[in-house]
Amino acid sequence: MTDVDEVIGRVHREEWARLVATLARRLGDLDVAEEMAAEAFASAVQRWPVAGVPPNPGGWLTTTAYRRAVDRLRREVRREEKHREALMLFHPAEPLGAIDDDRLRLIFTCCHPALAMEARVALTLRMVGGLTVGEIARAFLVEEAAMGRRITRAKAKIRAARIPYGVPSREDLPARVTGVLAVLYLIFNEGYLASDPGREPVRAELTAEAIRLTRLVRALLPADGETAGLLALMLLTEARREARVSVDGELVTLHEQDRGRWDRGLIAEGHALVRALIAAGRPPGRYQILAAVNAVHTDAADARHTDWSQVVALYDQLTRLDPSPIVRLNRAIAVAELDGPQVALAQVDELPLPDYRAFHATRAELLRRLGRVQESRAAYDRAVGSAGNAAETAYLTRRRDQLAGP
Amino acid sequence: MAQYLMSVLHDSTDPATAEEMAAIDVFNAKLRADGHWMFAAGLASPDAATVVDGRRPGPIVTDGPYLESKEHVIGFWIVEAPHLDVALRLATEGSRSCNRRVELRPILGE
Repeated sequence: MTDVDEVIGRVHREEWARLVATLARRLGDLDVAEEMAAEAFASAVQRWPVAGVPPNPGGWLTTTAYRRAVDRLRREVRREEKHREALMLFHPAEPLGAIDDDRLRLIFTCCHPALAMEARVALTLRMVGGLTVGEIARAFLVEEAAMGRRITRAKAKIRAARIPYGVPSREDLPARVTGVLAVLYLIFNEGYLASDPGREPVRAELTAEAIRLTRLVRALLPADGETAGLLALMLLTEARREARVSVDGELVTLHEQDRGRWDRGLIAEGHALVRALIAAGRPPGRYQILAAVNAVHTDAADARHTDWSQVVALYDQLTRLDPSPIVRLNRAIAVAELDGPQVALAQVDELPLPDYRAFHATRAELLRRLGRVQESRAAYDRAVGSAGNAAETAYLTRRRDQLAGP
Repeated sequence: MAQYLMSVLHDSTDPATAEEMAAIDVFNAKLRADGHWMFAAGLASPDAATVVDGRRPGPIVTDGPYLESKEHVIGFWIVEAPHLDVALRLATEGSRSCNRRVELRPILGE
């Protein structure tokens, strides 16, 4: 890779979202914005190695893309002016003092709750993240043509239903920020624990992209505690990625991970974010609490030194926000370390999660510790039999086969 | 400004209760006061529907709705709103007032 290729790669990461977002506002058209941004980068790939990298690459790209877009729109406007106008993105007047950044408008539009979740994910990765349709299709194991149609349909709905290209009103803002964070967390989790059994268990390109996008949202909404909490949660999770799957492709649990392989830089950054959030003293939301749980885990030199009472206390706090069975399952896993498997199993057995893999895996583990071998084996069977991540399946299968004979 | 159709979805034959009607009146008054009101109406049950196909000579007239389904449209609003976020807020209030789910759909412009 030459120096110029590297520069283009870096500029693409840094400038893509800004370029698409600025063009979308100035041109009133997401399609044209996306296409012209891609064309401007294609020009850069041709020109920069010959003519040199311009002093202000972002400015060069914007000017190039904008000139082409204006030429094209002029041709089209002459052809069917009224039609074009009807297709313009709706850009509402916003109160002065609202956060003025086109990238934020773009993110809120791509993550609008009127779009299906899979469309939000795809649009965000394409328009904000700058991934190609092919890359997104491969990441989600969808045919490229089908992914292209998904993105096209989403853009068509944005126009037809007049999904605004703007920052939500004050009353809508908290729910909409939550919606954006849900999209980012889904992208991260798909990378971290791929749901498809036929896939690589961990896909670093998706976790890295989710972190990059979350950093961007955090830069745009610096006062939002949950955004900072989600970033901390991702960093503290990502820090353990290398230690989490063995060379044989098997999941390595927190207890068994080689903590020397954790990324200390990411942990330090995550801890600093969590400390700042605690110091701010506002009531934490779910991501902040989950980040704090992960801060406790990454604080311990080995699993035995984990402050489990702190973990249970944090899950108590989370249960008050969200008393869902999955939260209670995670709380019970911490309770097992504090009060023993018997107490934890009684709590797990109350949960209505018959199709949830982690429910059966947790039961299997607790029953094993209690020496109830046959029940444990049956629970491992159910866990292995439910669909899920390939590395998890490998781990659960080995644990089951290690149980003493009947 | 854009126009949206808010269809009220209903899954039984029970008519709206007095409380629901009163809440709808309050919502309608608010729509008028805030400049969103275009039109609204309730519909008779699908039992009273007739499907007509006039595309050929000797039109075909069929008793009943074109789609047999448990859920049907029982009424609608047509509202005016600058963009979807405002329309979504209206649909939320409308749904709350009539105590039923609402489908929100943009009306095509010229």
